[in-house]
Amino acid sequence: MEFGVVVEYFPRLLEGMLTTIELVLVSGLIGSLLALPIGLARHSHRWWLKAIPYGYIFFFRGTPLLVQIFLVYYGLAQFDAVKESALWPYLKEPYWCAIIAFSLNTAAYTAEILRGALGAIPKGEIEAARSIGMRQSKLYSRIMLPRAFGMLLPAYGNEIILMLKGSALASTITLLDLTGTARTIIARTYTPIEIFLAAGGLYLVMSMAVIYAFRQLEKRQNRHLQLSR
Amino acid sequence: MKLKNSLMGGLLAASVALAAGMAQAGDKVRIATEGAYAPFNMVDASGQLQGFDVDIAKALCAEMKADCEIVAQDWDGIIPGLRARKYDAIIASMSITEERQRVVDFTDPYYSNVLAFAAAKGIDLKTSKEGLKGLTVGAQRATIAGQYLEDNLGDVVNVKLYDTQDNAYLDLASGRLDALLSDKFPAYDWLSTDAGQNYEFKGADIDINDKIGIAVRKNDPLSEKFNAALQAIVADGTYAEINARYFPFSIK
Repeated sequence: MEFGVVVEYFPRLLEGMLTTIELVLVSGLIGSLLALPIGLARHSHRWWLKAIPYGYIFFFRGTPLLVQIFLVYYGLAQFDAVKESALWPYLKEPYWCAIIAFSLNTAAYTAEILRGALGAIPKGEIEAARSIGMRQSKLYSRIMLPRAFGMLLPAYGNEIILMLKGSALASTITLLDLTGTARTIIARTYTPIEIFLAAGGLYLVMSMAVIYAFRQLEKRQNRHLQLSR
Repeated sequence: MKLKNSLMGGLLAASVALAAGMAQAGDKVRIATEGAYAPFNMVDASGQLQGFDVDIAKALCAEMKADCEIVAQDWDGIIPGLRARKYDAIIASMSITEERQRVVDFTDPYYSNVLAFAAAKGIDLKTSKEGLKGLTVGAQRATIAGQYLEDNLGDVVNVKLYDTQDNAYLDLASGRLDALLSDKFPAYDWLSTDAGQNYEFKGADIDINDKIGIAVRKNDPLSEKFNAALQAIVADGTYAEINARYFPFSIK
């Protein structure tokens, strides 16, 4: 064990960590925005409104994230139509390919979490809202979505942590995220244990931050459920 | 009586086979190669490892009269795997470098490598530092080519590192890369395929005195055996015959 290499390369690992954080934040944001309409459509009782999100979620939950990344990065680049399109300057960049794959993937999981939460709202609360004459739109904006938001937080925090770890796959398409940086350093120093231990430690720090943030958010969102002191 | 005889015979045959098996087990050598570095090591349609490295490995094993098992292992974990005793030698076109010599021993070189740039036919690419300025150039991670790019051109070109050589070819073909820096012989092989027909070598070869050897664990006497076997297959023409299967010129 020579932990000198960890000290020597720590600044580069931190740079990689920043890329990882950026990937998770940006794709988490896009993913959650996509998840809202998809989850609502998935909750609908109309079969034609349910069908498309169902197929979408089925695909992205049922295939490995690595396959999805490769399909976006190497797959799309095989088509001349894609290479000549206005989107190519973005699809050319591994960064945007990773963002696209991660966003679509996490949107599928988050939509399913949202659907579960919407379905778990006690019937009585919905009936109560209807009985005082709330319309469908107000029912969702005032009652169902805020209620669902409180319920989905633990599961959603879990999804963010899974995505944080899944983001390591970005290293397979030349991105220098934390894992990619670690592998590039190891290619030079041949000290996999030391460098991967350091990278693992940094992932733990990031996970802890996510866990803490969600605990605070949960406390705030569900404060009406806490016993008064 | 007849039954008893055949039973005895069967037992005898089984024990002879067992004894032979035990004698061989003592000489069992596990060799790792990558399997994604055509034409030196690759996996064919039926899942078998093929290529120059694999043929050399088999010839060396035949010469040493050793029972060999050749396994595939991802490139960037190939040295850690050797040190963890998952196998005993690496025959995977590995360059002998100072950094690697700190953690493993090498045999005498079994071929010499030069680096070369490849890019699309028809474009005028100068491979000087000036000419490459601002371009995106790819190479495989954890290779001599990758380190050459980082060390000598890292300040002027956008370096992209791939897990396998094949992925770097894919991105050259998709247009994400302006050029590729690679070991010359595998690139020679790719340029002669359909996928690589629109690309060519650019500029002069980069001779970095790169010798390819077989890696073994530190102080493993296996390297002496490999050296003796290597001399033998060069002397008896087996090496030249294997060379000719892959390249019309000598790479020794």
